[in-house]
Amino acid sequence: MDTSKPFWIMRDHIKCTGCRRCEIACSLEHEGKIWPEASRIRIFMLFPGLEVAHLCAQCESPACVEICPVEALSIDLDLKCIKVNYEKCIACGKCIEACPGHIPTIHPTKNHIVICNLCDGNPVCVEACQETNFNCLYIVPRESSSQYGLFAQTPEEVSKNLAISLFGEKGKDLI
Amino acid sequence: MRGYAGKFIEINLTTITIKDFKFPESDLRQFIGGRGLAVKLLWDRLGDKWEEIDPYGSDNILTFFTGPLTGFWPGARLCISGKSPQSMGIVGSSIGCELPIEMKCAGIDGIFVTGKSENPVYIWVTDNQIEIRDASHLWGMRSIDFLKTISKEGRTILKKTYKNKREVKEPQSVYIGPAGENIVRMAAVVGKLSYGAGYGGYGAVMGSKKLKALVVKGHGPLPEPYDYEKTVQLIRELTKKILASDFRRRWGTSWFSYHAGNTLSSEPVKNWQEEWHNEKTQGCQWYEQRVWVKRYWADFGCPTGCMKLSTPKIGKYIGALTDNPDYELMAYAGTNLGIFTPEENVYLSSLLDETGLCGIQCGNVLGFAAELYQRGIITEKDLGFKLDWGDADSFANLIELIVKREGIGEILAEGTHLACKKIGEIKNIDLNLYNVTSKGIAIGAHGIRSGLDYPHTISYALSSQGGDHTSCAYLPIDHPTSELTVLLNDSGVHCNFNTYPEGTRSKLFEFYTSVRGWPMEKEIWYNTDAKRIIDIQRAALLLGSHELKWKPKIDDVNPKRFYEPLPTGPYKGKYKTEEEVEAFVQEYYKAMGWDEKGIPQTNELKRLSLSSVDVKLDKVR
Repeated sequence: MDTSKPFWIMRDHIKCTGCRRCEIACSLEHEGKIWPEASRIRIFMLFPGLEVAHLCAQCESPACVEICPVEALSIDLDLKCIKVNYEKCIACGKCIEACPGHIPTIHPTKNHIVICNLCDGNPVCVEACQETNFNCLYIVPRESSSQYGLFAQTPEEVSKNLAISLFGEKGKDLI
Repeated sequence: MRGYAGKFIEINLTTITIKDFKFPESDLRQFIGGRGLAVKLLWDRLGDKWEEIDPYGSDNILTFFTGPLTGFWPGARLCISGKSPQSMGIVGSSIGCELPIEMKCAGIDGIFVTGKSENPVYIWVTDNQIEIRDASHLWGMRSIDFLKTISKEGRTILKKTYKNKREVKEPQSVYIGPAGENIVRMAAVVGKLSYGAGYGGYGAVMGSKKLKALVVKGHGPLPEPYDYEKTVQLIRELTKKILASDFRRRWGTSWFSYHAGNTLSSEPVKNWQEEWHNEKTQGCQWYEQRVWVKRYWADFGCPTGCMKLSTPKIGKYIGALTDNPDYELMAYAGTNLGIFTPEENVYLSSLLDETGLCGIQCGNVLGFAAELYQRGIITEKDLGFKLDWGDADSFANLIELIVKREGIGEILAEGTHLACKKIGEIKNIDLNLYNVTSKGIAIGAHGIRSGLDYPHTISYALSSQGGDHTSCAYLPIDHPTSELTVLLNDSGVHCNFNTYPEGTRSKLFEFYTSVRGWPMEKEIWYNTDAKRIIDIQRAALLLGSHELKWKPKIDDVNPKRFYEPLPTGPYKGKYKTEEEVEAFVQEYYKAMGWDEKGIPQTNELKRLSLSSVDVKLDKVR
């Protein structure tokens, strides 16, 4: 994968197996231990079979950055990811509310928010997914588009759509 | 000792008390977790009155245990156990699901439940809170309704508990369907949509305790292994080995159906009357092309993704949801009933899942009933409808009767072994030829007559878990598919399938040492620790209950049907003779340190520090 230029993590939810190897890789990378709830990517399973990879959508104009009252969030100009200044962050949760997908999460034990930072250019979640060839996550070159922000979705929204895609009529009221 | 969260929880549903429980470190060392530790707990608490314990009584202990390798070895599982209403022994029944991860992240290695609730309840666990909650609104629900409801309800409670506005993830659960609620002896404990801990009948035990579900959400990390770096490195190595086996990944166990039917002559066809077929529609390619909507579906940490999601796209079974089905259900909700097409197979499999039945136990009793119908022993009058091979709708009708315990379903709900006895008495005829079970437990879908599938001559005759196709008695006892090997996976607790690819199983002991920090050696496991656990399981089987116990001379044999020569296929005429079986039986007794009557010997039990087992066994010597 070419990560020398700005890139985007493609998420193809239908292909998510729920193996959660991305959560394992992410938490090992950022927390030094296997810690699914501290992972920057979390796999939601509101109904079995409807696995949703919930991670930052790297919007063009991120609402989370705009709303932060203490300027703890910023956009990394090279990578186009969100950077969190843990010193400044007060874990007020305003960014979670502002994000259309409620994607930022407050660390389970520390007083700050966590958001995917693309592992500074080498996202280990993508590596873990690619290793298995499950291909839910992969890297694509980033272009100028509002398309990316559309993927800032809540787990409910994605699950509802997936249910219909996978199960048809039967999926209509699963979520 | 590392790799453990550090505590177990004991819940009494009669007195509604919740206590922390700690096993001494020596128990953890020797019995590990999951199946091993459950065997230890059950024997310590119930051993001296084993025959008196009613599996459905308030004395029985129902265990939900993880193990030190859960979450680390690729493919996490949970092991459920207790006194089994099917065998009256102890069965370690393992199930793939996310619950064990939530348990360990909530700081709990296992939960065990005694007593009996008056009203339906479920157990709710988060990091620092355990609650017995009302489940009257969930009682009666089939899997899909249950899952929808608990996911919403659980998230609502979590949102209230954790007020920090983060998008809360759903809790995970194991639960029972109406079959368990109605104490159908073949009821499974269900996980996710379609996974069941089926062997043992622990769904019925949950039902007897009025326990609908165990629901858990943890927010902490997995417990620290002794050597984190080494453990992660081993996970990486294992992953590479597992990924090399594309067969298992692409098709899961589904590839086995045509292979077993056509090539190995070991797939049950029409209640094991045959074990061969040449139906290409029962090949994984038809399932993959017609009904799979998710091609890889996995449990925590698993690079294999052997499970698939299926739903028929045409015809009257649109809307049925299940997994591949995996091989066991392709056989037991398929070929064993004379069904050879994906849509019908998916439909029946989904019905078994939804109602919370073990597909193997129930598919076995459905085949048993259909053979009695074929032979005119039971008729349309007994059933209320015709029951011809291949007629999925009639089998669905029968499943509904079993779940509700209505009509002939009342008898069949007891499983093949007891139903065979009962119908035999009513009709005054010996029906044992049609009873394909061992120690009260239906035989997994791998026949032994052709000698080509992995279970061999005495695998079912001597397994401490009866017909369990994963826990096969095997010689030599340290064989890769031997019960003593699988016991390690069931105690670990992790996936068996991810110990099959070349170069994985050989890493087990190194992995244990790396996670637990206690050097674990192969020789000690096979010669001492594994034997200790199996000997307790053996004793529990021999003691059984007053109504149902097993005598080695009569019961350490194969089901009668397996002494009939295969009637069709390239291995027509093959079977294992009584003499062949007997020779292996004696050899196995010897290898296990049992006397020629199949009873663990005093000296051996002394060596294993099992004098309480020795004393109890005097009753059957």
